[in-house]
Amino acid sequence: MAVLLAIWFVAGLGCGVLWADWLNQFTLPGTAFPLGFWFAQQGSIVVFVVVILVYCLMMNRLDRKHHDELVRIRKEEGR
Amino acid sequence: MSIGLWTVVFVGGSFALYLAIAWWARVRDTKGFYVAGRGVPASANGMATAADWMSAASFISMAGLISTMGYAGGVYLMGWTGGYVLLALMLAPYLRKFGHFTVPDFVGDRYDSNVARLVAVICALFISFTYVAGQMRGVGVVFSRFIEVDINTGVIIGMAIVFVYATLGGMKGITWTQVAQYWVLITAFLIPAIAISIMLTGAAVPSVGLGGNLRPELVDGQTVSLLGKLNQIQADLGFSSYTDTFTGSWDKANVFFVALALMLGTAGLPHVIVRFYTVKTVKAARWSGFWALLFIALLYVTAPATAAFARYFMIESLNGKTAEQLPSWFHNWEKTGLILWVDNGDGVVRYSAGDDNEIFRSGMLSKTELSDLMVANQKWIDSGGIEGADARVILREKKLSGPDIDIIVLATPEMAKLSNWIIALVAAGGLAAALSTASGLLLVISSSVAHDLYYRVLNPKATEQQRLLVRRSVIGVAVVIAAIFGIYPPGFVSQVVAFAFGLAAASFFPAIVLGIFTKRVGTVPAICGMVAGIGFTSWYIIACVFFEMAPWTFGIFPSGINPQGIGVIGMFLNLAVTLGLTPLFPAPSAKVQDMVDSVREPEDAGAAVEIETAPEH
Repeated sequence: MAVLLAIWFVAGLGCGVLWADWLNQFTLPGTAFPLGFWFAQQGSIVVFVVVILVYCLMMNRLDRKHHDELVRIRKEEGR
Repeated sequence: MSIGLWTVVFVGGSFALYLAIAWWARVRDTKGFYVAGRGVPASANGMATAADWMSAASFISMAGLISTMGYAGGVYLMGWTGGYVLLALMLAPYLRKFGHFTVPDFVGDRYDSNVARLVAVICALFISFTYVAGQMRGVGVVFSRFIEVDINTGVIIGMAIVFVYATLGGMKGITWTQVAQYWVLITAFLIPAIAISIMLTGAAVPSVGLGGNLRPELVDGQTVSLLGKLNQIQADLGFSSYTDTFTGSWDKANVFFVALALMLGTAGLPHVIVRFYTVKTVKAARWSGFWALLFIALLYVTAPATAAFARYFMIESLNGKTAEQLPSWFHNWEKTGLILWVDNGDGVVRYSAGDDNEIFRSGMLSKTELSDLMVANQKWIDSGGIEGADARVILREKKLSGPDIDIIVLATPEMAKLSNWIIALVAAGGLAAALSTASGLLLVISSSVAHDLYYRVLNPKATEQQRLLVRRSVIGVAVVIAAIFGIYPPGFVSQVVAFAFGLAAASFFPAIVLGIFTKRVGTVPAICGMVAGIGFTSWYIIACVFFEMAPWTFGIFPSGINPQGIGVIGMFLNLAVTLGLTPLFPAPSAKVQDMVDSVREPEDAGAAVEIETAPEH
């Protein structure tokens, strides 16, 4: 989760704000977007959606693992 | 068919649909007003959250703000979506696990104190009222243009509709209505954006069109990118470049602070958090967080495209035109006072950033003040500057240069000469956005007062009937107060809303995060922290906005901190006060510590509390 929050920070506040002026000298390949501007108005949002998706998948897998373990422990205790 | 007729069809039709859904949900669900039951699937809940979330500010004002701010408008895009990440990752699943109904409930139980609950109730009310005022204003703007009534009457009509709809609804009704409202507002936003994108750039996806080239026939057969052309026009007229970063007072520190304040505020908004209580499991809470952001992102990646297209159309269709050449959309919107042309006598419109600008808005001026001003200006022109007054100077001093940002989205379809039904659809979309958010907020207000204040603090023995009565009257009072705010607003729609975020960031966000992730923080430090955070933030905003205090610079930020960004400082102050006082006061009781443990436990180790059967409800 710390990694996801770090991505959140880098994509949104990092590329979108802190380094936007520097990134603006480049353009997004194939378009007329200055890169910093693109991050601020498009890229960050796309990254946010992906971050939440990854979080959902990871946490749900973690939950399932815990659940399976719990079931196994209960079974063993039952014996 | 005329725009007026189409508007009546779309607005009337969508209202009928909302009321029908509210009625259907009411008939089936008489048990509880707040409880949506467990039957809301994650994707539908995500849609409802998206509608709840995308307010009049997102729909009507945001593209307008980006349109005038250029790069810096990205703070709203990043802030309002980025906060969602915080909410979905750090708060929503845990709060769902906790399984109570309102945010003050969590604060009150976690910090084991009615004082904490009370502070949270006050914060929730404060935030909700500022936010709902913005919605009412948005409703007024839509009505004033499309149904041709004045803004104040529009606010009153909107207020009446929301009242009927919020008392009929209940959480379940509101949720399903919001699903319908999401569809209305997203179609209303996307269709014109796609149409304009094709018209200007030939790309069907607005986000692609934004980065593409203008159609050659629009620019004399040359290959020019839309953004490049826009930058050039802006520079010619003395505006700051559209894509350049950090222009004017929007320096790096301010962009950073405002974006962060909006993010933290998003995560602390009570009406959004409440949404996550309506799903069945913690897993579903996570998924609905994802769906919500996906549905929100659809609008949010399109908004900057609409903003740039509108900017281009606006300048191209106004600057250098004579009175006869002015497009019809201008005359339609002139009636609302959101855009004005004050001539210097040469009969040609000039829209620029300099002293020769002739495009203004009426702001808070009354109709008589405005017509007096126009008469004086005509006198000034006729007499060659001897009598009367130059209205341009007066309006410039009142900071009313340029059109009102709220017309950008609403007038874009007209600018681009799209069919009448699309224009009417946008009106229905704007109303859907405003009403869905307003109903969510009213629910928070009524639950804060009726549940947290009346039932949990004042009269724990209250009967079901008494609580129902309190709840209904609270909605009534709240609607009236919100309407008064809507008629006399402390700024334009987005600004009002932005202040609500600062307050949410400074109060709820730290209290909830510390409540979930530490077991040591006790009652007194948490209360002190919240009071310090919200007190400081509201003091700074009020001082800056109403008493013209110079923004603080802290010696390092050359242009001072924008009041919209002060929530970040408020949040750190809250954290500092809370954590600073924590070692001096006892840790919370064992019961509370157990509660924190259970909230953090993984799902399925113990089932999440069923909201409907929880004893307190």
